[in-house]
Amino acid sequence: MSTNSIMIVGVGGQGTLLASRILGNVLISQGYDVKISEVHGMSQRGGSVVTYVRWGEEVSAPIVDIGGADTVLAFELLEARRALPYLKEGGKLLVNTQQIDPMPVIMGKAEYPEGLLSKLGEHAEVTAVDALSLARKAGTAKAVNVVLIGLLAKTTDIPRESWEQALAETVPPKFLEINKKAFQLGYTHQAEGGDLT
Amino acid sequence: MKKLLLGNAAVARGAYEAGARFVSSYPGTPSTEITEECVKFPEIWCEWAPNEKVACEASIGAAIAGTRALTCCKHVGLNVMADPVFTASYTGVNAGLVIAVADDPGMHSSQNEQDSRHYAKAAKLPMLEPSDSGECRDFTVLAYELSERFDTPVFLRLTTRVAHSQSLVELKEPAEPVKKPYVKDPAKYVMVPANAVKRHVVVEDRTAALAAYAEETPLNRVENNGSKTGVIAAGITWDYAKEALGDSADYLKLGMVYPLPEKKILDFCAAHETVYVLEELDPFIEEFCKAAGAKVIGKEAFSLLGEYTVNGIRSVVTGEAPEAPAVENGGIPVRPPVMCPGCPHRGTFFVLKKLGLTVAGDIGCYTLGAAPPLASIDTTVCMGASVSAAHGMIKALGPEAAKKTVSVIGDSTFIHSGITGLINTVYNKGAGTVIILDNSITGMTGHQDNPTTGRTIRGEATKQVDLAALCKAVGVDDVQVADPFDVKAFEQAVRRAAENPEVSVVIAQRPCALLKGVKYTGRARITDRCRTCGLCLKAGCPAIAVKDGKPVVDPAQCNGCGLCVNICPFGAIEKEEEA
Repeated sequence: MSTNSIMIVGVGGQGTLLASRILGNVLISQGYDVKISEVHGMSQRGGSVVTYVRWGEEVSAPIVDIGGADTVLAFELLEARRALPYLKEGGKLLVNTQQIDPMPVIMGKAEYPEGLLSKLGEHAEVTAVDALSLARKAGTAKAVNVVLIGLLAKTTDIPRESWEQALAETVPPKFLEINKKAFQLGYTHQAEGGDLT
Repeated sequence: MKKLLLGNAAVARGAYEAGARFVSSYPGTPSTEITEECVKFPEIWCEWAPNEKVACEASIGAAIAGTRALTCCKHVGLNVMADPVFTASYTGVNAGLVIAVADDPGMHSSQNEQDSRHYAKAAKLPMLEPSDSGECRDFTVLAYELSERFDTPVFLRLTTRVAHSQSLVELKEPAEPVKKPYVKDPAKYVMVPANAVKRHVVVEDRTAALAAYAEETPLNRVENNGSKTGVIAAGITWDYAKEALGDSADYLKLGMVYPLPEKKILDFCAAHETVYVLEELDPFIEEFCKAAGAKVIGKEAFSLLGEYTVNGIRSVVTGEAPEAPAVENGGIPVRPPVMCPGCPHRGTFFVLKKLGLTVAGDIGCYTLGAAPPLASIDTTVCMGASVSAAHGMIKALGPEAAKKTVSVIGDSTFIHSGITGLINTVYNKGAGTVIILDNSITGMTGHQDNPTTGRTIRGEATKQVDLAALCKAVGVDDVQVADPFDVKAFEQAVRRAAENPEVSVVIAQRPCALLKGVKYTGRARITDRCRTCGLCLKAGCPAIAVKDGKPVVDPAQCNGCGLCVNICPFGAIEKEEEA
């Protein structure tokens, strides 16, 4: 089989690292070779963050280059747009419709782009979800990452039980119930259509 | 058992399996997790040292005393560590000593892009460079064997993409901890000139022996696919080359980047029509090849700047232009890192910006005070440089500058190397104000304890440096403690300190908002008393943005710290407790 590539993008502090760990654990449970690349440190402080996850029989590079991602899992709308050049033609884009203004927008030096969802739709097969609301429904706004993992899980051939097992292995036991609920909400979510603006 | 491990965690695993039992480091991205992962093995003595030099010296001591030791740092940390490293090359070790250094091509979290391989050559120490987590473990284990076999400290070089990538590692049973007898041997360990003259001979002989080892070790291996194109690579560029070129090229993979195997390289080059050297940062391998008379292509086709990419390598080697992306990113607003909501530094920089002071900055989360809208930092060079640079600025600009110049430095950075700068300022009759940003933790590298927190790396209670008493002890008479979220009182404290013609210290005390014990409640809300003066926006809080001409709080971002409530001159911002 050829190597599969997922890019997880978001804003530092949104919990993208945990999402990539759950994904990594489920992929090993399926017997794949897996490589995950993260960036720690300064960019984690509210900046754009990117995690690459690649799997297959044998994976060489841990990084996804321009045009190399089969799937982009985006925790924030503008970050989804920023990741677009990395998506393969016709690739899948799973996006949280949450908007977080970057500092240039807060300062009035730039505009948060309008009509992003339709722009994304021109280049990718988009599934949009209000993961923040679903996470709150599960019990905590912090579970956005697990809602999105649920959404991603649905697009794969990997059995749901394997995902749930990986979830149990990755999150602390005292938060497992909330996270299971968040996963469930993401997994069973019906895609939203339309434009945000 | 196979496990998905971060490169850094795999280095820790390797040290554990090799029986290392002493680890001393100072945190530095992208090396920090090596030491943090060692903590997970209760058998290993782990510690955060105040700086890299101390960490390395402690590790040298442990190795001389007969216990395998590890010290870890980022590339710029190796500069701080360099003094003991160069002489430990002469003393050699008893039990093995590994120095793990992580470079940061692309400067994801660093102030420069230096290439640590030059240190291996300069200090005449062998350096291994793994390509993935499996090799991180294997090479660490091997590094201890080499350290003892050749009686030398061994460098293990990582780069960000190896240190912070996870891949599968086959876990092995740990070896019995190495305990070598300590034997007093001043001719070997006391580096006075008479002894060092003799030890230098040993160092040169050792380097020759290591060069011979480099020719035979499987660390440096040829992968033959019958191609006319050859690639010489080490570390992450080998992974990239394999991804880009697959079986269409032959490879000389170098696991040991110093000393380099001259004959192996010349043979490989002679067997191929075209040979590319793929290495990020400096042409370290390339220059060696060219000096040895090999014809290779290196930096004439690749950049000295930043990271290499799979597409970039493919396009140079195959001559095919990379496919243009279907969509461009021009015009999209950038998202630079910012201080977190609730960050104590925000209050400090809000005041410094307001007072229009010249600010000598330092290394930590608070370096983000250089970014707009706070944009208050004038200089950032290296750990500790704020205090000493401010002293130099004031001496150069004259006494009036003392009233307008402050330095800002975190608690951990102050202990790392700010205290020596402060002693210098006091001793040399300097002036100005040092603001110690005491947020009760080492922040940017991800929450490490330090001598000012009162806890060890394992979270045990220990003696705590009293920052105020320390400053007084070195001769600062004017030491104030102030809360940067009490904006008015903090401003007064800074004004008063700046007016003092002698050196003064303000300790800005408030814990990092991400610390477990810090619990803010509720959310800020901007009421209709708002006169849209925009002052709250000048604090650069990611939770306050303008919607339809008015500032509003994003409840998903706000953590209820209340700084904006204190900033608003019209009392228009209120705290709303959650239902």
